[in-house]
Amino acid sequence: MRASLPKIKTPYLLLFPGFAFLFIFFILPIINLAQTSTQTPIAGGDTGQNEQTFAFSNYINAFIENREQFGRSFVYATLATIFALAIAYPLAYAIAFKSGKFKNILLVLVVAPFFTSFLLRTIAWKQILGEEGFVVPTLRNLNLMGQSTTITSTSVAVVAGMTYNFLPFMTLPLYASLERIDPRTIEASGDLYANAITTFRRVTLPLSLPGVVAGTLLTFIPAAGDYVNAAILGSPNTKMIGNVIESRYFKIVDYPTAAALSFTLMAAILILVTLYIRRAGTEELV
Amino acid sequence: MSTPLKTAFIPTIPIKARFSRWFGRNLLRIYMIFGFTYLFIPVAYTFVFSFNDSGKSNLIWKGFTLDNWQNPCGAPQICNALGNSIKIGLLATIFSTILGTLIAFAIGRYHFRGRSSSNLLIFLPMATPEIVLGASLLSLFLVFKINPGFWPTVIAHVVFCISFVVVTVKARIASLDPRLEQAAMDLYANEVETFRRVTLPLVAPGIAGAALLAFSLSFDDFIITNFNSGTLITFPKFVYVAAARGIPAQANVIGSGMFFLALALVIAVQIVNRKKIR
Amino acid sequence: MSVDPITARGDLRLTRITKSYGEFTAVNDLSLTIPKGSFFALLGPSGCGKTTTLRMVAGLEEPTVGSIHLGETDITTTRPYQRPINTVFQNYALFPHLTIFENIAFGLRRRGIKDVKERVDKVLTLVELPHLAQRKPTQLSGGQQQRIALARAIVNRPALLLLDEPLGALDLKLRRQMQIELKWIQREVGLTFVHVTHDQEEAMTMADTIAVMNEGKIEQMGTPAALYDDPETAFVANFLGQSNLIKGKIDGADGENLVIDLYGQKIAMPKSRSHAIDTSLYAGIRPEKFRITRTGSQVGGNTLTGGHIEDVSYIGVSTQYVVAMPWGQELMVFEQNDDGVPPFNKGEEVLISWEPNFTFGLRGDEDIEAGMEVNPQELEE
Repeated sequence: MRASLPKIKTPYLLLFPGFAFLFIFFILPIINLAQTSTQTPIAGGDTGQNEQTFAFSNYINAFIENREQFGRSFVYATLATIFALAIAYPLAYAIAFKSGKFKNILLVLVVAPFFTSFLLRTIAWKQILGEEGFVVPTLRNLNLMGQSTTITSTSVAVVAGMTYNFLPFMTLPLYASLERIDPRTIEASGDLYANAITTFRRVTLPLSLPGVVAGTLLTFIPAAGDYVNAAILGSPNTKMIGNVIESRYFKIVDYPTAAALSFTLMAAILILVTLYIRRAGTEELV
Repeated sequence: MSTPLKTAFIPTIPIKARFSRWFGRNLLRIYMIFGFTYLFIPVAYTFVFSFNDSGKSNLIWKGFTLDNWQNPCGAPQICNALGNSIKIGLLATIFSTILGTLIAFAIGRYHFRGRSSSNLLIFLPMATPEIVLGASLLSLFLVFKINPGFWPTVIAHVVFCISFVVVTVKARIASLDPRLEQAAMDLYANEVETFRRVTLPLVAPGIAGAALLAFSLSFDDFIITNFNSGTLITFPKFVYVAAARGIPAQANVIGSGMFFLALALVIAVQIVNRKKIR
Repeated sequence: MSVDPITARGDLRLTRITKSYGEFTAVNDLSLTIPKGSFFALLGPSGCGKTTTLRMVAGLEEPTVGSIHLGETDITTTRPYQRPINTVFQNYALFPHLTIFENIAFGLRRRGIKDVKERVDKVLTLVELPHLAQRKPTQLSGGQQQRIALARAIVNRPALLLLDEPLGALDLKLRRQMQIELKWIQREVGLTFVHVTHDQEEAMTMADTIAVMNEGKIEQMGTPAALYDDPETAFVANFLGQSNLIKGKIDGADGENLVIDLYGQKIAMPKSRSHAIDTSLYAGIRPEKFRITRTGSQVGGNTLTGGHIEDVSYIGVSTQYVVAMPWGQELMVFEQNDDGVPPFNKGEEVLISWEPNFTFGLRGDEDIEAGMEVNPQELEE
């Protein structure tokens, strides 16, 4: 039939420009990154000149050298994700079910801080919690904090900064899936002898699971690769893998190691994400 | 013979129970207030310190002034950086919205071979840490001897914005009742007219939302930009570099200005929408 | 012949239509002619293929095999927007982004018709909602939306109007009112209406001709009265109202009548109303055709003795009895409360009688449960 022929082609025509773009500027760079990661510097060449030697030892060396930063990245990102979930879930729940006609305005307010540059907000935290802000001197005067203890330049500050910065990424998907729940199912659960906690555990939480999965991924992934929070709020002792990759590229100009680290980070995240999605049992993510 | 109403016993709820009920009902509202306070502390701080008569380093409160707001370009480079960010943001928004919307229609509307791998290809850039995206693109540009700068930055932004556009627009397409398009075809609109008169207007709010999201992601991006912009200064880059020696109060002015501008825009859209329904 | 299908007029003719989705056959070798100007109903339970048939007529699906003609024009593969056929969709499918006026004007504008305003105003008056022209669909009640959906379709003066469960979303009272209005509008505009529904009462109220569909085939077609009084299959007998089906044997003939043996008791029925193919058959009698009298009283027509009242439900206009027969079957009897006789009590022995002409005969190999367990509230596909 003549009429059905273009129907088969249409989706591919629609996909073509975007996918061609992604192929050139996303897939190719990743392949190229993989190539770079096994190169070694040319003997006697300039800095940044490398040749392909299939030096898989790059990976081992890079990992061993930076295992501390790797570990820190995943611990910090996990903590930030957990805190963000704990803060965002009640917030999203309140907006979805308890805000009445203010729903849209509150939703805008969740996203609004986005528009002040996140760097400015992070720096604001640094100054609020820093030596010259008013929080630390107040706590010290009240003897709630030791004279030499600080908030900034600690791992606490880095995790807090990440929690804060990725909070909207957690709140929005949570809200989207909570909002879809018919409040009558929650009432029905109460009607069927479930108390508030059981209702939450057996009805609300399972129904909002897609939002939980999406939110935790959207928080964890950028958090694990982040280096800005660590750079601004942390100290040399809180360096994450992002900081290492950044300095390998720009300060040390050691592309192979940087590439190997990037690749390891990406692979680790992909494996974790896959395991997590399997576990959570949601197939359609995007 | 019924008991007169006056003498009927009206049960009262004990004060303690009343309080705990009130607390139970409003616990989430109280929480909400704390949550929003937390979200807005740094925004408020940034806003307050935009009035600081600070000189070079905006660290300690030195006195109130309107100078910074009257002369937002006062700090060297700052408006140049802002201009670059806006230009990059607009270009990245236009390209990613077009490419992403096309993909969203393909995935959201058709069943074809390779649909699930297409979904995967859309998910991958979101699952890739920004630093890896930025670094890998930089390596590619270096291989082809392309110097980092304006266009490489635009391209890098399009890469990470596309996925967000696809997801947003696809959600809108999925919520569209297919019978509306069938009704249009039934009422003598051919495929092109159906798309133009029914599908597109109904998906438009999703596309607009996606564009807004793309712009804000691009405008606020630092990590990927830092890798691919070379010597070009964007607003986030300006802030990051300035942070080492203290950011000028003009940066607070621009940050706060963007905040109020975006808020006004979103509220205006809401009001227009509400009027339309009425 | 390169006649523009949009100008086609005449009877709708489906010829040997089959529509399969992989293994599943939704419509199976269906042939059907719908005369111009009639109000035609396709009635059947959910999943019987009626909506698929409708969608093929609308052009939203193409038949796997077979052809569709409108008058002399073959429209089997014509695109939906090139057919002079309009649909009132289930849940109406009004365009939420357009005003009521623009919704109705949509089809006219697409066809480049000049006097849009005049026509829209006229049809809005016809459905009695001229004051709503500038509203949006979401601001309308269900009944109002239904009328606008109808107006949006008939304003195009199509050769054929398709109604896909158009009243399914309305409450009972509104549905009754709309049934009468739809019928009135159909007479007023003189279009051919094809109405798809699972609600037998709705079909009987509105249509001149009903086709009962089951498992992709037409079971029987005819006027509402013909279908009700002389169903040819157990499915029709059970789906359209209720029936008592009693197993029996043809035991000879007596002039125009057949003599039937029902568990040893002889009854008579017209030969013309038997659809049996051999001597075994089911004798069918509608519950309201039965009369109940005390054992021993003198009655004419067919009689069955030995029944006991099993259950009595008094429902105002009538009393419904369940009568247990000696062979173990329970019969339904609806008795009008018009004779001043007090209702019978549970346990009483009674005599059942009826006019021989009310009997219909079904094939003896039928499944007498067919068409009974379907839930009419279920939504289509």
